[in-house]
Amino acid sequence: MHIHAYEKLWLAASILLILLLIGSVTYGAVGPGVAMVSDSEQPIDAQGLDEDERFSEPRVEQVGDNEYAAYVVAYQFGFTPDPIVVPENSTVTFYVTSRDVIHGFEVVGTNANTMVVPGEVSEITVEVDGSKEYGLICNEYCGAGHHVMEGNVNVVSQEEFENRNSGGDDA
Amino acid sequence: MSEAIEAEQSFVDKFPDEARIVRAALLSSFLALALGAIFGIIQTLHRTGVFRGIISSTDYYTSLTAHGVFLAISFTTFFLVGLFTWAVTRSLDRPLIDIRITWTWYAIMAVGMTMTGVSILAGFVPALDMSADVLFTFYAPLQAHPLFYAGLAVFIVGSWIAGADWFRTFLAWKRDHPDERIPLQTFMVLTTMAMWYIASSAVAASVLIFLLPWSLGFIDQVNPTLTRTLFWFFGHPVVYFWLMPAYLLWYTVLPKIAGGRLFSDPLARVVFVLFLLLSTPVGIHHQYLDPGIAEGFKFISMTNTMFLLLPSLLTAFTVVASVEYGARQRGGTGLLGWLTDLPWRDPAFTGMMLAGLMFAAGGFSGMVNAGMNINYMIHNTIWVPGHFHLTVGTAVALTFMAATYWIWPQISNKPIFSRSIGLFQVVLWFIGMALMSNAMHAQGIMGVPRRTAEPEYSGFDYPTMFGGFEELNIQIAIGGTLLFVSTVLFMGNLVLTMGNPKVSGLAESLPPALSGPDDAPRVLDSLRLWVGIALTLVVLAYALPLAAIIQRGGLLGPGVGTYPVWLAPALDALAGAVTPLVGAVGEATASLVEVGR
Repeated sequence: MHIHAYEKLWLAASILLILLLIGSVTYGAVGPGVAMVSDSEQPIDAQGLDEDERFSEPRVEQVGDNEYAAYVVAYQFGFTPDPIVVPENSTVTFYVTSRDVIHGFEVVGTNANTMVVPGEVSEITVEVDGSKEYGLICNEYCGAGHHVMEGNVNVVSQEEFENRNSGGDDA
Repeated sequence: MSEAIEAEQSFVDKFPDEARIVRAALLSSFLALALGAIFGIIQTLHRTGVFRGIISSTDYYTSLTAHGVFLAISFTTFFLVGLFTWAVTRSLDRPLIDIRITWTWYAIMAVGMTMTGVSILAGFVPALDMSADVLFTFYAPLQAHPLFYAGLAVFIVGSWIAGADWFRTFLAWKRDHPDERIPLQTFMVLTTMAMWYIASSAVAASVLIFLLPWSLGFIDQVNPTLTRTLFWFFGHPVVYFWLMPAYLLWYTVLPKIAGGRLFSDPLARVVFVLFLLLSTPVGIHHQYLDPGIAEGFKFISMTNTMFLLLPSLLTAFTVVASVEYGARQRGGTGLLGWLTDLPWRDPAFTGMMLAGLMFAAGGFSGMVNAGMNINYMIHNTIWVPGHFHLTVGTAVALTFMAATYWIWPQISNKPIFSRSIGLFQVVLWFIGMALMSNAMHAQGIMGVPRRTAEPEYSGFDYPTMFGGFEELNIQIAIGGTLLFVSTVLFMGNLVLTMGNPKVSGLAESLPPALSGPDDAPRVLDSLRLWVGIALTLVVLAYALPLAAIIQRGGLLGPGVGTYPVWLAPALDALAGAVTPLVGAVGEATASLVEVGR
């Protein structure tokens, strides 16, 4: 087969580009350790969340030294808890599931983003830094009221976080 | 030899029956384009908050479903079947085997799309207990009216018969020409259809085994991850099903319009084989953010996806090289000076070139989508529709419109009403899309979601970058309005063209490639081999993920509820819908056939 010299050059450059792109994703995974949403969590009964130990009372709890777990339920058309309050400069793992249809869970302006599928639990771990209020939205169409489905993720000082948890438990 | 005859006789002179069905298919396609454009302008004004008086925010999702299905499924596929019928007939230089079969698949597709269309549009009428507000992706457990799923299945079956029609015609040609290479256009049609059979089998299975029985109440629940995965098994290759007809035009028609000929026939074949092999085993890249699918499967899908860049990068080279050859044949010189010697006043040429340019931009945003980790920044944001309005919304749609200016005279013997309006129209599309798509990408990086009637929220403000949220909304609204005007001009120009008197001398021939099929290894034409490898790759990419999904959630789901977007019990509504529909379908088909004449 006859291939023009320039075309061979182009072909080589194209393959190089492809390998670089694959390499960059691989590096992201093994270097900085960017983890994907995966099948790490067991399936769950979407209609039995009220009996589930983690999701009957969606909440944020401390699970280790400066490590927190946030159990979140998405439903038509909102999230509980709302707001989700976490302390600054900590590691937070979100466990998100749906009571009804497929939703999205997106902390606006960050890469904390996952699909929420009924029957499954999405697990994403993020590092949070300073105090800030973030918007939380559903980014997958979930029914006629999809556009009103929103919440907040509030990163607060360690002190305020402890006050909230010892005082009125509204988080 | 066929070229010599074509120089005197146009396609319609030579194949009047085939030309009629090509016209009917293209007009069905443009009917869908017109409907899609109307919903498009409503949405662009609603979403950006410029004007929300036409529909309510709840009906926005009815509109969005209609926009997606009419444009992504109906506009693209009807154009494809028309173009492929032309391409097979022209390149084999023989009529189809039995034109009654051809009309049968056309009618089946028209009936299927009418069923689905009625179920969607009924969502605007509160008195009807019928709706299909589930968007183009119809993710369970949101449930549409059964008519929606049934219509899709009928439509796909029609497209399968179309493919069989072209394969049979090819086999008949093969018997008469046992030692000849498959003509390039027919090769492109056959590889595309082979890919389509593999890809659409999954969505057909999803609809027929799960979604339709579920919407009729025969089964209580489905596995949302399974139906979603089967959708994306189809949902990624379908984008190549949209794109392959545009590639066919870029490879075989554009070089001719530029004044030259295709640079390399063998590489064109390689590109189509690569699409057949790689289009399907990549669908999981739409599910990077899905729970319940292992990271390893996502990684495999990512690498396959990156290799899928290769055929498009090769196409960029070949198309530009062919156009440059054309320009030099016309007397063009210099490193870039040849660019001025191209027929920029020809709407077919300029439209296809601008479409190709925008496809390059779409390719770059596609690399971001494919990048498994940076994808988290933009997944399900308006960046994604920003991306695919460059690809299917311009590379495909603008190429189809531009090609119509070239092909319509040959299938009707009627000259285009106004080539100047045509030129203005394609440039307007480019400008409108540049504005709209750029602003959509920028909003996506800010985190603005896609698929929403009201992207502004009460609890927070978007960060400002590349201009604020409101400024970008204005850009989207202006861009969307220009696109609507461009579509109106296209439709108007075509309608006036149809009113022109018939003339002769509109025939156009297609020259052979510089490096012809004899330079291509014969193995490239071995379709059985390539289909076998394609199936193997699909099994490798999907067997384990599908098994794992079924093992986790069960074939019929892990106990997830049902959330119908329509209200009445299924069978009542179905019975109520079918009676008036049969009449409507009959009339619609009859009138389309009439228009096709």
